Amino acid sequence: MKLNRRIFLGTGAAAAASLSAPTVFAAGSGKPRVVVVGGGAGGATAARYIAKDSKGEIDVMLIEPSREYYTCFFSNLYLGGLKEMDDLGHSYGGLAAGGVNVVHDWAIGVDRDAKTVALASGGSVPYDKLILSPGIDFVDGAVEGWDLSAQNAMPHAYKGGSQTELLKAQLMAMPEGGTFAMVAPPNPYRCPPGPYERVSMVAHYLKANNPTAKIIVADPKSKFSKQALFQEGWADIYGGMIDWIGQDFGGGNVSVDPVAMTLTIDGEANSVDVCNVIPAMKAGHIAELAGVTEGNWAPVNAADMSSKVDADVYVLGDSANQGDMPKSGFSANSQAKVCANAVRGALTGSRVFPAKFSNTCWSLIDTNNGVKVGATYEATDEKIAKVDGFISATGETAELRKTTYEESEGWYAGITADMFGA
Amino acid sequence: MKAIWPINVTLAAVMVAGATLASEDGDRERGEQVFRQCASCHEVGEGAKNRVGPHLNGVFGRTAGTIEGVKYSKNMIRMGNDGLIWTDRTLDAYLENPRALVSKTRMSFRGIKDAQERRDVLAYLRVYSDDPSNIPEAEPTARGTDHDLDPAILALKGDPEYGEYLASECQTCHQSSGANDGIPGVSGWPEEDFVVAMHAYKRKLRPHPVMQMMAGRLSDEEIAALAAYFKDLE
Ligand SMILES: Cc1cc2nc3c(=O)[nH]c(=O)nc-3n(C[C@H](O)[C@H](O)[C@H](O)COP(=O)(O)OP(=O)(O)OC[C@H]3O[C@@H](n4cnc5c(N)ncnc54)[C@H](O)[C@@H]3O)c2cc1C
Repeated sequence: MKLNRRIFLGTGAAAAASLSAPTVFAAGSGKPRVVVVGGGAGGATAARYIAKDSKGEIDVMLIEPSREYYTCFFSNLYLGGLKEMDDLGHSYGGLAAGGVNVVHDWAIGVDRDAKTVALASGGSVPYDKLILSPGIDFVDGAVEGWDLSAQNAMPHAYKGGSQTELLKAQLMAMPEGGTFAMVAPPNPYRCPPGPYERVSMVAHYLKANNPTAKIIVADPKSKFSKQALFQEGWADIYGGMIDWIGQDFGGGNVSVDPVAMTLTIDGEANSVDVCNVIPAMKAGHIAELAGVTEGNWAPVNAADMSSKVDADVYVLGDSANQGDMPKSGFSANSQAKVCANAVRGALTGSRVFPAKFSNTCWSLIDTNNGVKVGATYEATDEKIAKVDGFISATGETAELRKTTYEESEGWYAGITADMFGA
Repeated sequence: MKAIWPINVTLAAVMVAGATLASEDGDRERGEQVFRQCASCHEVGEGAKNRVGPHLNGVFGRTAGTIEGVKYSKNMIRMGNDGLIWTDRTLDAYLENPRALVSKTRMSFRGIKDAQERRDVLAYLRVYSDDPSNIPEAEPTARGTDHDLDPAILALKGDPEYGEYLASECQTCHQSSGANDGIPGVSGWPEEDFVVAMHAYKRKLRPHPVMQMMAGRLSDEEIAALAAYFKDLE
């Protein structure tokens, strides 16, 4: 799709509009205005930092339909039975208390000439700087036989909340000795180790509750994040339960039938009890409606996360095509702080410091068996470029793995406090 | 090894606080004197037992926090799991400023500021460590050479505003409230401890791959800026 600056109705947006807040926006107070679309890892962080650091000099509005943000991070631990859904929910009260004007609504279009964002409830809001951090949507037709209407029969559970709960319910309802299937996504996608942590946590659950069950993973890739670490754990802990079928064995040639509950891999049909379809991904739809995407993602300048298409629009997190950083909550949060510093500088003349980015992704293989991978990044003219990195090793001691897991708990508490100011 | 100081003095051993020069090899006998201040909590030598602190036989080469029956701080155990091994370098850094190497260590000891005294006490302790006994060139008893920070680094005045920006990156994991849910807080740290700790990561004295990586790309000025910001954070 090419640029379209008109106001569009996004799919799904209209349906959700009934939940939204009344139109509240008076004309400006003369202060510069920042509108942030999406209150997740990128958007909540950016809104909080701009409001906090500008000390009232900038009007910050956050547009986010949900009243409670359920993190995808740690949602696999919920599937494994190690977390409750309540542990993953975060409200926007802390942001509101921190001076952010939180509006529960959908953004349904962006007029970049008029510099306004249209809302599902009607009306539109003006901005001087617009920050988009809408996460991901799925590429139509990515998995033959699957579309959004099949997401109840075959959940993706790749956005937080109800989808995750549904997948958990299906996992718990599996017949004895049944089959849990996953269709893994092609690169690039949100949370590179996510599908494999999920497989580990599903296996953890099944080992305790349904030990004769099987897990099949059909994967369009021939290798994946932390592969050696995961496969070591799968072999040592879960015996023969997990069958990973990579690209070389036809894992990319799949179709599903959500009615018959079959997954066909390279021409061979498998009857499955649960089918977790994680399709190919693209930037959240609003980025496309705003006309800042090229292909599936929105290209940005590494120094400040501004769109390559429009200097007054910034794109954070999963939606951005930025270079070397993986699409993770940690990355989105890191990018948000660089962006917040730049936006504040542009609007109020405050000091702008050089961009620094980092990421660490922890994954859990089994209870108290955590691993991690991470890197630091810098802005070059061309992209966000990796500087230095590390990864956990195979054969680490149980004590180190436990420490790594405890650290991930610390990170979860840290990043959610950093996003929501709790 | 014979101590042939002061000819043997290295620049790196110039110490920070007192600016006296330390010989590379300590003097065991003087070390025994120095050890008296440790002896109320630590035993060393034949039949040494754990007291408030662990016994120190074989401390060189030991993984931190691993003597059964000793009540260690959480941080000491974590750093042991992360790979902190007591060697001449790490012991020297720990003795110089215990909290700067292992935050919130239970060892309530201010540290030995005098580099020569540290050399001496380590020379004394080395006697009770196994192979390679008293061979300063070989790990784990090998001498450290870069444990003392250049005084110019400690003298840098940090820019707290830059520090605040840089700190936002730390606060993804280290909560600004100082709460510890698995990752320790760093708010309110004394400036010098902070600088020494970050340089210890940078030089891989402190274990931990994330922190070594994060510290590794910070300049001396940036570390000073962070220290200047965090010291006043409640
Ligand atoms: C199973 C799983 C495990 C994961 N584990 C980890 C992990 O351990 N560590 C890690 O760092 N990352 C992890 N991630 C990745 C992480 O969740 C994402 O990378 C991160 O949330 C991206 O942040 P974001 O701001 O781009 O999008 P999101 O956090 O998804 O936020 C987007 C927000 O935008 C809102 N929105 C969308 N469209 C609109 C619109 N039109 N108008 C208004 N609002 C809109 C949505 O409601 C949503 O709240 C995991 C992901 C999954 C699926």
